[in-house]
Amino acid sequence: MSARTTLHHSRLLGGHRLLSGAAAALCLTLAATACGDGDSAASGADLDGQSLEIVGPWAGDEQKAFEEVLALFEEQTGATVSYSGAGDDLQTVLQTRIQGGDEPDVALIPQAGLIEHFADEGVLVPLSDEVVETLDQNMAGAWADIGSVDETPYGVYLKVANKSLVWYNDELFAETGAVPPETWEEFVELSENLADVGISPLSVAGADGWVLTDWFENVYLQTAGPEMYDQLAAHEIPWTDPSVEVALETLAEVWAEEQLMLGGGSGSLQTDFPTSVVNVYSDDPDAAMVVGADFIGGVVTASTNAAVGETARVFPFPSTGGEGDAVVVAGDAAVAMSDREATMELLRFLATDEAALEWAAIGGFVSPNKNLTADDYADPVLGQVAEQIVLAGDSVRFDLSDLQPAAFGATVGDGMWQTLQDFLSDPSDVEGTMERLEAEATRAYGN
Amino acid sequence: MTTTNDPKAADGATRGAGTPPGNPRSGPPDGSRPGWRRLFGPATLFLLPALLFLGVFLAYPAVYSVVRSFFDASGSQFVGLDNYARMFTDDRTLTAIRNTGIWVLVAPALVTGLGLVFAVLTERVRWATAFRVLLFMPMAISLFASGIIFRLVYDENPDRGVVNAAVVTVHDTFASPSEYPGARPRGEELAPDTTRGGFTTTRGYEPGETATLPLVGIRPTDVPEQAVQAADPEPVGDTIEGVVWLDVALGGEAGVIEDGENGMPRMTVDALQDGQTVASTTSGDDGRFTLTGLEPGEYEVHLAADNFTEPFRGLTWLGPTLITPVIISSWVWIMTGFAITFIAAGLAAIPRDALEAARVDGATEWQVFRKVTIPLLGPLLLVVFVTLMINVLKIFDLVFVIAPGSVQSEAGVIALQMWQVSFGAGGNQGLGSALVVLLLVLVLPIMYFNIRRFRRERS
Repeated sequence: MSARTTLHHSRLLGGHRLLSGAAAALCLTLAATACGDGDSAASGADLDGQSLEIVGPWAGDEQKAFEEVLALFEEQTGATVSYSGAGDDLQTVLQTRIQGGDEPDVALIPQAGLIEHFADEGVLVPLSDEVVETLDQNMAGAWADIGSVDETPYGVYLKVANKSLVWYNDELFAETGAVPPETWEEFVELSENLADVGISPLSVAGADGWVLTDWFENVYLQTAGPEMYDQLAAHEIPWTDPSVEVALETLAEVWAEEQLMLGGGSGSLQTDFPTSVVNVYSDDPDAAMVVGADFIGGVVTASTNAAVGETARVFPFPSTGGEGDAVVVAGDAAVAMSDREATMELLRFLATDEAALEWAAIGGFVSPNKNLTADDYADPVLGQVAEQIVLAGDSVRFDLSDLQPAAFGATVGDGMWQTLQDFLSDPSDVEGTMERLEAEATRAYGN
Repeated sequence: MTTTNDPKAADGATRGAGTPPGNPRSGPPDGSRPGWRRLFGPATLFLLPALLFLGVFLAYPAVYSVVRSFFDASGSQFVGLDNYARMFTDDRTLTAIRNTGIWVLVAPALVTGLGLVFAVLTERVRWATAFRVLLFMPMAISLFASGIIFRLVYDENPDRGVVNAAVVTVHDTFASPSEYPGARPRGEELAPDTTRGGFTTTRGYEPGETATLPLVGIRPTDVPEQAVQAADPEPVGDTIEGVVWLDVALGGEAGVIEDGENGMPRMTVDALQDGQTVASTTSGDDGRFTLTGLEPGEYEVHLAADNFTEPFRGLTWLGPTLITPVIISSWVWIMTGFAITFIAAGLAAIPRDALEAARVDGATEWQVFRKVTIPLLGPLLLVVFVTLMINVLKIFDLVFVIAPGSVQSEAGVIALQMWQVSFGAGGNQGLGSALVVLLLVLVLPIMYFNIRRFRRERS
């Protein structure tokens, strides 16, 4: 098998080299047309009769909305774009197609680590200068960085997720006179007050390790700042660094207090993610807040009678002082797998206001585009969520656990997930938790 | 498993194809032509598709797994026995091996035993078939779906999990739940009492003094209905007057009785002197209480522990300690039907006259069962047992679905660990292959045993 991969690899690289000459010529023409327009929104390229293929993880409503965005592109350029959703099997589908030499023109990749993987294999085409220019006009520089591998830009982030949110039950807040807190101290105090009046403040889905990594990432980004976050994400500093200790101790201010979490630590470890949302928004709610990403809104709509924007509201993850507006994000990046004018034109289009506006008006969508305002979103809560990302500017950071080797950052019962679960059940053991994290990270990076 | 199968299958196929009997080594002395013919003769031609099939789909993957287990995650670097060393030093894999051991020892025996009991019992009732259909029904559901059902059945929350709902109902009929679970003091007046539970005041009170004891941690809607507005106690000569109330009015001041703050009725309050309870009373609807009959001196006021006992919420079935027994129990529920069907068929085949003869000779039913039925069923029970054993070794989906993420490492079995390591997220197919080889090695003795038995039966 390994032999086959290597063989294929070299064939691919060879093909690549052949193409690049032609590509350079193409790029020149493209540059001429794009510059002639001088407009970031409307596209002047005439791609009549060209057809493009996109593979991505979106299905259902997301797919429908995305296809409407694509229809806009087709209208402008005359190209035909077909999208096929691969769901959770995206990585397998892409890998198989790459091995078969049948890669799509554009792939939408949900994990930053996967972009790096494909870039290393040499199957990705770097973004053209025009695309990068459009990105710079419309998004904070951090987004281009997130989509880059070794300073080479590959990804265009169209649809992103804000993971620095706390969802709360507005009825319970109104009943107790609670107001959304801004700082971590206020957050802990509010939680204690809620516990005093007999309401469990937080529902924590400890059975799902990624929920706990999101907690940690938010606290770490707040306490240590974006630069340290980058270093920890790249494992340039060890997990035994004092900054990790600060973050864990901050976490323990909530995790060590049994009355602040529904069911305490052990009850949390039995709660899975959907249940944790239902606990807050059922008709007879058991808890007042749940920490998590914007997609909790979808769970609220699907599994409870609560309405997003009325009972279900959000406030930004509380800041610990220094880095007030940093935001942990995730998202799907569009990357080019074919070196064609049409491919780059499509990526450029996806980075424009137009594309973002189209989807924002449909709903279920958060864009990193800084030219969009909260009013552009069909859903006011998502408008607020998107605004938070835009305000964060260059302080947005990609979900840290998604940047780790999967064995450390995304394995049930292992690595970061299991260690944080153990920390939740015994929050006094900060030292041991750090050592275990470091040991597991070293092992995962060693592979 | 596949490699051991090969000779037998090939052997059977050879016979089926009707090769002339005879040992290849005793071929004609002149050798070359007939030898060639034997090798590529029509028999071999007919065999070819089957051999090809076995080779491509069974032998090659098995051999390749063994080879792959000597390479690292990327498959390019030969690492010798590293994967095996890692396998036997990794906590998670060791847990998985231990759990698989428990499964193999407990589950097949349990199912075979239950199957035997049910098969014998249902044979004697009028609606035997109906009973067996009922018991066989779980087999119609996939393991995955059953897993989801059992995850719900064993949910810790009694509002969702039926097992805990039953346990809690039984418990609460014997011990009624307390009035104020989760309530705790606000401020400095009270502190948790480590020796007798509940809460005790941090200072002493003399008769004639008043004690105002604020509590929090209860929703105002959860206090008993008879509760009314709390009122400040009036000092009276030789008693300790006091009040316990829920100090949670919105925007209210801590430790001060305000409008809308209700007393906490029916609270058991004790007066302590030198650790001894010298007086006891119960609070009224406005939360006021009076401790009477006190000699002059200093007393501590104690709120008894049973005011605050947390309600019984059942057991954490899906926690780290009980998870494996719980998953085994669901597997037993699913597989018992399988055992019953086989054993019932075997029972039906037992010659009636053997049983009759034993009964005529004066054997009791138990003796008939022990001395006649079981020995006659012996070989069949063994087949069922061995089949279940192989089934248990590859158990995967039930564990994957039932165990919550936080206890998945405690519940792990080899097959699950293999999947996690090689595909789940680990992406290390070298280590995964080593685990597969371990599984293969564990299955080998069972297969060997099976084959030997087949041979014996045939001869």
